[in-house]
Amino acid sequence: MQRIGVFVCHCGSNIAATVDVERVAQYALLEPGVVHAEDYQYMCSEAGQMKIIEAVKEKNLTGIVVCSCSPRMHETTFRNAAKRAGINPYMVEIANIREHCSWIHKDKEEGTEKAVILARAAIAKVNLNTPLVPGESRVTKRALIIGGGIAGIQTALDIADAGYEVDIVEKTPSIGGRMSQLDKTFPTLDCSACILTPKMVDAAAHEKINIYTYSEVDKVSGFVGDFTVDIRKKARSIDMDKCTGCGVCSEKCPMKKIPSEFNRGLGNRSAIYTPFAQAIPNVPVIDRENCIKFKTGKCGLCSTVCQAGAIDYEQEDEIISEKYGAIVVATGFDTIKLDDFDEYAYNQSKDVITSLELERVMNAAGPTKGHLERLSDGKHPEEIVFIQCVGSRDVTCRGKEYCSKVCCMYTAKHAMLIRDKYPDVNVTVFYIDVRTPGKNFDEFYRRAVEEYNVNYVKGQVGKVAPMENGKLLVQGVDLLDNRQILKEADMVVLATAIEPEAGVRKIATMLTASIDTNDFLTEAHPKLRPVESPTAGVFLSGVCQGPKDIPETVAQAGAAAVKAIGLLAKDKLLTNPCTAQADELLCNGCSTCANVCPYGAIAYEEKEINDHGIRETRRVAAVNTALCQGCGACTVTCPSGAMDLQGFSNRQILAEVDAICR
Amino acid sequence: MQELITRGKELLADGSVVGILGWKEGDFSYNPEPAFFQNEEELDKFIYDGFCGANLSKFMIEASKKEGKTLVFLKPCDTYSFNQLLKEHRIDREKAYIIGVGCSGKLSLDKIKEAGVKGIQKITEEEDKIHVETLYGDKTLNRSDVLLDRCHVCKGKEHRIFDEIIGESKETNDKDKFSEVEAIEKMSSEEKFLFFQKELSKCIRCNACRNVCPACSCRKCVFDSNKFDSAQKVNTNSFEEKMFHIIRAFHVAGRCTDCGECSRVCPEGIPLHLFNRKFIKDIDELYGEFRAGEDAETVGPLTEFTFDDAEPQEAVERG
Repeated sequence: MQRIGVFVCHCGSNIAATVDVERVAQYALLEPGVVHAEDYQYMCSEAGQMKIIEAVKEKNLTGIVVCSCSPRMHETTFRNAAKRAGINPYMVEIANIREHCSWIHKDKEEGTEKAVILARAAIAKVNLNTPLVPGESRVTKRALIIGGGIAGIQTALDIADAGYEVDIVEKTPSIGGRMSQLDKTFPTLDCSACILTPKMVDAAAHEKINIYTYSEVDKVSGFVGDFTVDIRKKARSIDMDKCTGCGVCSEKCPMKKIPSEFNRGLGNRSAIYTPFAQAIPNVPVIDRENCIKFKTGKCGLCSTVCQAGAIDYEQEDEIISEKYGAIVVATGFDTIKLDDFDEYAYNQSKDVITSLELERVMNAAGPTKGHLERLSDGKHPEEIVFIQCVGSRDVTCRGKEYCSKVCCMYTAKHAMLIRDKYPDVNVTVFYIDVRTPGKNFDEFYRRAVEEYNVNYVKGQVGKVAPMENGKLLVQGVDLLDNRQILKEADMVVLATAIEPEAGVRKIATMLTASIDTNDFLTEAHPKLRPVESPTAGVFLSGVCQGPKDIPETVAQAGAAAVKAIGLLAKDKLLTNPCTAQADELLCNGCSTCANVCPYGAIAYEEKEINDHGIRETRRVAAVNTALCQGCGACTVTCPSGAMDLQGFSNRQILAEVDAICR
Repeated sequence: MQELITRGKELLADGSVVGILGWKEGDFSYNPEPAFFQNEEELDKFIYDGFCGANLSKFMIEASKKEGKTLVFLKPCDTYSFNQLLKEHRIDREKAYIIGVGCSGKLSLDKIKEAGVKGIQKITEEEDKIHVETLYGDKTLNRSDVLLDRCHVCKGKEHRIFDEIIGESKETNDKDKFSEVEAIEKMSSEEKFLFFQKELSKCIRCNACRNVCPACSCRKCVFDSNKFDSAQKVNTNSFEEKMFHIIRAFHVAGRCTDCGECSRVCPEGIPLHLFNRKFIKDIDELYGEFRAGEDAETVGPLTEFTFDDAEPQEAVERG
């Protein structure tokens, strides 16, 4: 029989306001095995922990139940306290009477009743707890960065500078990401490429950094410190070692009418192409879907003109399997599709463009060589209307409920740049609110209004209608003047909401990293652990975690690097002792558990089993505890109940259920 | 039938197999039972007729532990169970010599009785007719009227695994396999509860369904093991009598081949297959059509993860 101590925390008024903590302690004393119960203001404080340690010594406790906050918050704290008191840390159970109880109840009577029940369940479990001892696992001193935008590049550089090997996997043919598509950057208006390309070059030249472009993560197995990742290097159809990057192939390629992804479809590229001039690596890719050679078998012109003999039509996808200690997700964002926003006539008029498209139009290397012109007729615009919050802060379920955060600033930037270069152009911005928190941000916006006379109108646009004279009729509202506005514009620019890059869901699933309803990756703690995923060994860099601008992205990228370095610097990690075990007498050898195990931790062996004197050689499951992460998938799938999880045994869980239902 | 006996004797005589899993006459001529034959004389009692519904796959678990091969006669639907057991490493393919036997649907004694036939002495089969000699004179019934329900939703007459095939089969599938399930799905929660309450309250916990089920092949059933609190529990309330069948349905979910043996052997006539078929329907709808035992390799949808899998939310929304 265990000798259990129950410690009920007030958490100031967090718990005590909704739960009668004294009563919880009184009731706990009535439970089997409980020899001590008390309540205290802050159990996690040093004084609170000392109460536990003293009680263990005085009452010879063998098990501890702490009724407090979520175990994610303080389980480790109380396990360490148990260790200091001289009992096994795994003899501690937490009854979460804060997040699961006091915070969600208003009625104290109800809250108290639930807290008593939760305490009862934890006590029932501790009665069946056994001491557990963690093992050790090694740390592979290499990091994987998924995504080669500014976030991924910065994280890679920081980790590599600390002396660890880093691989970047980028799905497009070049690193650089969205930032490479931008023309100028706020709030300093320096050229995006001018500040990005040196970093791209640094990453490519860094002896510790290895870049896989045109590649994707295919499979992830393993766990913190010891991930195994399959990287699919898609067939580039070019021998990267031979290619000199001369570009003759792209020039000669007869298939030139393919919308350029880099220019957001506003310009064309050839079937064999490098996405942009400063691409790294400067090695083209053959887009097999559009290549005449791949479609008809004829052509082959690029191969004929290539002096280096680098064209390889036979090249196949290559799978590279590599081990990593840490994985950083830096998958970035895209703008949302505007199909559901018909009122802005985006699909009807070439002169309605997104802000990201405007970046390409304003860029000297873009489709108009940097000239501001209407894409329908090439004419110089006189009247431009910007519409903010297109799909952001949108509760109609066509768009996103969140604020995309960067739009106010880049719209001010666009307005200012246009007014600076073309003072004859009138610029009007429709906005819900102008949000400019950030260093030198509000000053930047004020300049747009005061120095550049950009016409800011508080209000939304209801409709953009293409007119017969080629102009666009913008129907909006000025909420401050309380009047309708009808404006004939030559161009309309939509500040389109941003959303996580489409592939992130698949990557999150592979990593067992959680994502929120908007597909942003979730942090381990929104305030205190903002760059770590709840999945150990997985870190978050850039917009994949939430909307942010370049300075914030770079700061977070550095933070993610620090966290990864902290992990890679360790030689050994303590493993979770809550691993699965197979009862060989019950095991059918059916392999069902091995099928569901996400960690490949279950193998089968032919083994002589002595079942009460009957010797038989048969197939039984064997768990590799170094690989097992204690997820419990095997225990629920095992038809015979042979699989059990230490620390969360079937018996323990059923005892908890019984205690709750009593 | 004679062809099967002759072939069995041949295989025994030349040492290809050391034993034979088949059927022999039971207490009544229309009540054959599974049997293990070890020599040619015993084989004279071998029988294969319309009442040999029993699925012999499960017996291969024990037969796989023997030295030498066992000849096992499998109907088309039985081969699904065999494959499933093979997939779960419960039987050894090398230890089995499979003769696929023809099947024109198996007969239900209950249905014959329901047709008003009493005092049965002997039953003989023709292609489409069944002749019953009774104490009160002879009767002729249409075969299709007295088939086991499961044969009306037959998976097809193709043997999924075999070494040789003897005998002809005749298609009997003429009903939608999910119509019964759909009828229950349309009931309100209360109606469903009452329906299952009524059916399951007949259960006497004889364990026949479990013992005959090829998917219930655990070395030690959770209901028999003292490791679990579920062991040999007496029904102390109306909830617990349902627990056994519901837990059993969960344990065979994704593995059940819908062989229908549970319902065939239930002495109380509980339509136990309905639980399993509901799971099959849900799996088909949520993960794409899947038939357990179609082959011995494909990993079932419940024990595999793909990116196309239904999100948990979908299942929640379906209720």
